[in-house]
Amino acid sequence: MGVLVGKNSKVIVQGFTGSEGTFHAEQMIAFGTNVVGGVTPGKGGQKHLDRPVFNTVSDAVNTTGADVSIIFVPPAFAGDAIMEAADAGIKVIITITEGIPVADMLKAKEYIKDRNVRLIGPNCPGVITAGEAKVGIMPGFVFKPGPVGIVSKSGTLTYEAADQVAKAGLGVTTAIGIGGDPIIGTTTLEAVQLLMADPATKAIVMIGEIGGELEPKAARWIKENGTKPVVGFIAGETAPKGRTMGHAGAIVSGENESAAAKKKIMRECGIHVVDSPAEIGAKVKEVLT
Amino acid sequence: MNIHEYQGKSILSSYGVAIQRGYVAETPEEATEVAKKLQEETKTGWFVVKAQIHAGGRGKGTVTETGSRGVVLAKGLDEVADKAKGILGGHLVTLQTKAEGKKVNKVFIAEDVYAPGASEPKEFYMSILLDRGQSRNVIVYSPDGGMNIEDVAHNTPERIFKEVIDPLTGVNDFQCRKIAFNLGLEGNAFKEMGKFVKNLYKAYMGCDASMFEINPVLKTSDDRIIAVDAKVTLDGNSLSRHSDYAAMRDVTEEDPLEVEATAAGLNYVKLDGNVGCMVNGAGLAMATMDIIKLSGGDPANFLDVGGTADAKRVETAFRMILRDPNVKAILVNIFGGIVRCDRVAQGIVDAYKNIENISVPIIVRLQGTNAEEAKALIDSSGLAVHSAITLQEAADKVKEVLA
Repeated sequence: MGVLVGKNSKVIVQGFTGSEGTFHAEQMIAFGTNVVGGVTPGKGGQKHLDRPVFNTVSDAVNTTGADVSIIFVPPAFAGDAIMEAADAGIKVIITITEGIPVADMLKAKEYIKDRNVRLIGPNCPGVITAGEAKVGIMPGFVFKPGPVGIVSKSGTLTYEAADQVAKAGLGVTTAIGIGGDPIIGTTTLEAVQLLMADPATKAIVMIGEIGGELEPKAARWIKENGTKPVVGFIAGETAPKGRTMGHAGAIVSGENESAAAKKKIMRECGIHVVDSPAEIGAKVKEVLT
Repeated sequence: MNIHEYQGKSILSSYGVAIQRGYVAETPEEATEVAKKLQEETKTGWFVVKAQIHAGGRGKGTVTETGSRGVVLAKGLDEVADKAKGILGGHLVTLQTKAEGKKVNKVFIAEDVYAPGASEPKEFYMSILLDRGQSRNVIVYSPDGGMNIEDVAHNTPERIFKEVIDPLTGVNDFQCRKIAFNLGLEGNAFKEMGKFVKNLYKAYMGCDASMFEINPVLKTSDDRIIAVDAKVTLDGNSLSRHSDYAAMRDVTEEDPLEVEATAAGLNYVKLDGNVGCMVNGAGLAMATMDIIKLSGGDPANFLDVGGTADAKRVETAFRMILRDPNVKAILVNIFGGIVRCDRVAQGIVDAYKNIENISVPIIVRLQGTNAEEAKALIDSSGLAVHSAITLQEAADKVKEVLA
């Protein structure tokens, strides 16, 4: 089970023939993801990694029936690539690209709003449903199948959480990397809602960081509607105010955006918050037994 | 990317936003020269001499060497050089700078726009920024201009207004009217404000800004609306399509360590603690800082080596961390995904040998692909490096070496 991507997903790669697209497409195929082709404008008709290359996303969708796209297009063109995928009828668009101009993302997000599509990212590691499909750049072997859903703003911290969950004798349904940018397609709350509705997911790990108000929003919803235990961690307790910490969105600009403030709200909403990132796995085990 | 007031104003002006006019100068002599030119063009009698640094609060700030304020009035051409001399080359300390202040390399010689006339001049506040929650740009404005907006927000929140902008339509006419009404304007000034807001938003989108703060926006005594100050932040991700704006970068305003880090492909922020760290990924880097604190230390930096973490980057990162005399230990935390841990380990060993004389203990935690091989490689290297595999082990080792 799991959400967003699975063994029935038909995946295309936008930016297929570039070095990033090629490398990660190979990794995804090796994992067992059903990659049905890719798009590189001007290279339509060629074969790459034994799969067809198309000029446009709509050609790819019409020919292969693809419903999931992963985007490795360079930042200046990635906003356009998102809109193209939505226009072609892709249902889940996963954008890995880092550094997309904010104005482009504002436009793209508005464009896809009324089209029946879910955007994940940008600037994210992607989505993986353990044992079924990896549509992202994460190390697949870390994600063992099991009952825990993961929602995270950070790439390597997601791997860390999945690894700790596996070492605790458990595993993952789906891990969703929502991305660290100020404008993202799917919020923490929306990702949590997806996992709450997934029958295979028995507990959720929610990993956030300083900046923005995504985690408190999700926490308040969980308090009212949550049906599964949630373990939470917020990175950046020690980050100074007003400085951007690597991710464009990771900056404390208001009182409610600090790690301490977020963790307080999450605790008040019944989330099992750990202060140390080393305790995520043990805490998940505890809430599930 | 932050730019100076004079640069911000040149961008605004190119989009038809009325500004307080002026010229930039680097010496007192040049200041007099440009003031003459400005007088010919604007007929201004008085001049405002404004320090150009990337920090707010200049008007209330003090130049350490001379005691001059960061923004001063010259009541005539003959005063300009002296006033400029009091600011140029000095260190300006404001509420937003560090205690040592920022060196002033340039002054902006501006026209006096507060001359009395038919109506009373009035100052407003206006900014444009991204509302992350709504994924929309928003215009924030207040009739209380010229003062610290945080104070207005705190003391009289009802005097701060917001207008959310639809990305597909931009600012609509009714929104401009609403803003002008809320600012209490009428007649010609009302119309002028509409134009000002429209052009300001056009400039915001046109230059791919991530923040505009115009404080004050001035209604002059002859009912014009002009930007007296301009704090402009450009979206760093968009600079590839604006080479002219990219050239406005002033590296002397930035922390030299961070400039060096960026050039090496590292993301580095200097902090005040005693344990340095080197991590792949921003989220894990922050989490590592947190775990240092929980282990009894304080993080000396944020440092994301990125996805590749090759030997060269690792070495540069080590050298940067080691330059900080406060550093008593270093924690390397790499979660190898696509990157193989044994390669990173080899990079660490090579960097260690190249640098020589590393006197602080180093704890290396490598987890993920080939973690065991990596640990073996570190352990057999003969170097004074502690290896760990789980995050908890790494935390315990930090505690141990600090004890």
